[in-house]
Amino acid sequence: MLTLRLALRNVLGTGIRAWLNALIISLALVVATWNQGLVSGMDEQAAQAAQAIEFGGGQYWQEKYDPFDPLTLDEAHAPLPPALQALVDDGRAAAVLVLQGSIYPRGRMRSILLKGIDPGQPILDFPTAKITADGGELPALIGGRFAKAVGLARGDSVTLRWREPGGAFNAQDAAVAHVMSTTVASIDSNQLWLPLAKLQEMARLPGEATLVVLARGTPPPAAPPGWTFRDADYLLRDLRELVKAKSYGRTIFLVIFLSLGMLAIFDTQVLAIFRRRREIGTLVALGFTRGQVIRLFTLEGALYGVLAVILGALYGLPLLWLQARAGFPVPAGTEDMGISIGERIYPAYSAGLILGIVLVSLLVTTVVSLLPTRRIARLKPTDALRGRMS
Amino acid sequence: MADDKLIRAENLVKIFPMGSSQVTALSQVTLSFQTGEFAGLVGPSGSGKTTFLNIVGTLDAPSSGSAFVLGREVESLSHREAAGLRNRSIGFIFQTFNLLPVYTAYENVEFPLLLLKTPAAQRRKMVMDALDWVGLADRARSRPPQLSGGESQRVAIARAMVKRPPLLLADEPTANLDAENSHHILQTMEKLNRQLATSFLFATHDEKVIGYLRRKITLVDGRVTRDENCRPRGAEGTEPC
Ligand SMILES: Nc1ncnc2c1ncn2[C@@H]1O[C@H](COP(=O)(O)OP(=O)(O)O)[C@@H](O)[C@H]1O
Ligand SMILES: [Mg+2]
Repeated sequence: MLTLRLALRNVLGTGIRAWLNALIISLALVVATWNQGLVSGMDEQAAQAAQAIEFGGGQYWQEKYDPFDPLTLDEAHAPLPPALQALVDDGRAAAVLVLQGSIYPRGRMRSILLKGIDPGQPILDFPTAKITADGGELPALIGGRFAKAVGLARGDSVTLRWREPGGAFNAQDAAVAHVMSTTVASIDSNQLWLPLAKLQEMARLPGEATLVVLARGTPPPAAPPGWTFRDADYLLRDLRELVKAKSYGRTIFLVIFLSLGMLAIFDTQVLAIFRRRREIGTLVALGFTRGQVIRLFTLEGALYGVLAVILGALYGLPLLWLQARAGFPVPAGTEDMGISIGERIYPAYSAGLILGIVLVSLLVTTVVSLLPTRRIARLKPTDALRGRMS
Repeated sequence: MADDKLIRAENLVKIFPMGSSQVTALSQVTLSFQTGEFAGLVGPSGSGKTTFLNIVGTLDAPSSGSAFVLGREVESLSHREAAGLRNRSIGFIFQTFNLLPVYTAYENVEFPLLLLKTPAAQRRKMVMDALDWVGLADRARSRPPQLSGGESQRVAIARAMVKRPPLLLADEPTANLDAENSHHILQTMEKLNRQLATSFLFATHDEKVIGYLRRKITLVDGRVTRDENCRPRGAEGTEPC
């Protein structure tokens, strides 16, 4: 208690220098919190977007379906089991049929996925209504990025080729009914959306589907035989990995800031031990043990961490709160990674996050403060009193 | 081996390594002090006075020989025991005052009592008494930078005396003071020596200090060359120092 009081007095007695040190560390704290908040906000928003647009509240996969292996697609479809059909009829699920096919834009063949979906489906949030078949040409929906890559525009006609169950190839023209702008790569790249009934008819797979997307918030019924249920966590795993990987780059700043703060503390400590050697000798003469002197200096260093937390809370909390409300423009390049988060990121700060960062920084400052005190252990009180180092 | 003597040093030797050679700061010093003495080690700079005080003050250990302080053998004390002994029983006065810079005069004097865990009610009275002894009760709230040299040394005396230790060690206490302040603090220390029965041991080469001593021990090159009782200023009887 005595040591703590003395440490507090010493630190506050240092004046502007103490606050400068604390300021640097507090910057690291606030940046760290902001950074983490941004990542979790991004993670949360990307997950929301991915669920709204692609994953729904989980998906039933035909058991042979493997999204990473297009070669399995020939096999990966089956008639909708009654239980799933009931969900679809009920408006609580949407069936999707995925097949391999190819198109010939500008005369060059390009392998793509043909995806059939009910234009009137209420589950996924992208404009499937644009391919409502009206008896005329076969309407196709494509993503903006893909359209650009293959040079297709709205109203263009494109020849599709696909394989029927027997192995024979068949072909038909489709008209681009709509080019949708989306940041979700997995409904955009190398694929073409068609009305489900048409695709089933073309491929001679009436009533069949590859996967069934469940509406969000619907409790998933048990998967029928031959189908597997993939919950949102499973489907979001890759996305979360991606967001995490993206956040590593930013931790560099954090490390630099923290190192600067730690360097400042370390420096202050080394200097303090040197300048205050007479004081150390006096404390020992007054009855301090060496351990108490070491504790005193360690506490003083650790108090910089405490000051930093206080300072950081003073200017950081309002700042972070404003950011969480106003959002932050999506950094360039995020879309190229296939993460969809909308126009702005809204950082999400949890109490656990803030507490964790505070604890880590207190721990680190304490350790950094402790290191230079080895000097004290070697210092002879008689030398200290003479104003010498030993 | 412990006895009723306040301090007993026997064949005390202290050798400091100095690069490849070594310095003998004390060689075969045998000295003892009784309770209540007002004694001084006198001699030129480098004669070993501080070294002797440091060993007696348990801040340093002898190279050979033995020193008993308040019945405890200095060499046998652990770090913690030595710290406890200094805290309870030994007051230090330094040439450079060495007040804790962030503390007020009051807090500097209070510090040893906090370390001793003296109850708060008692503490306040003890601190004010100690400041009274040195005539600085009205400067209790001042901080070291606001105090003159003489005032600083008086606060240091109050800090050393507040726990009423049996032994006070003063190393060149007047070296940074003018004549008037030197006499002032010496008179204060003389008074405390009488009133509280604290034994004072000085290390000094200041004639003003020597004038107050009742016993003068002369050190030359780490050896005791003379040890005489003398008549302090204004007293009758023996020769003045
Ligand atoms: N820590 C030390 N290391 C090396 N030499 C020392 C040390 N302390 C004292 N000495 C030497 O021991 C001798 C006695 O020193 P000291 O006791 O300080 O003398 P005084 O106090 O009488 O001036 C001197 O020669 C001094 O240089
Ligand atoms: Mg000396």
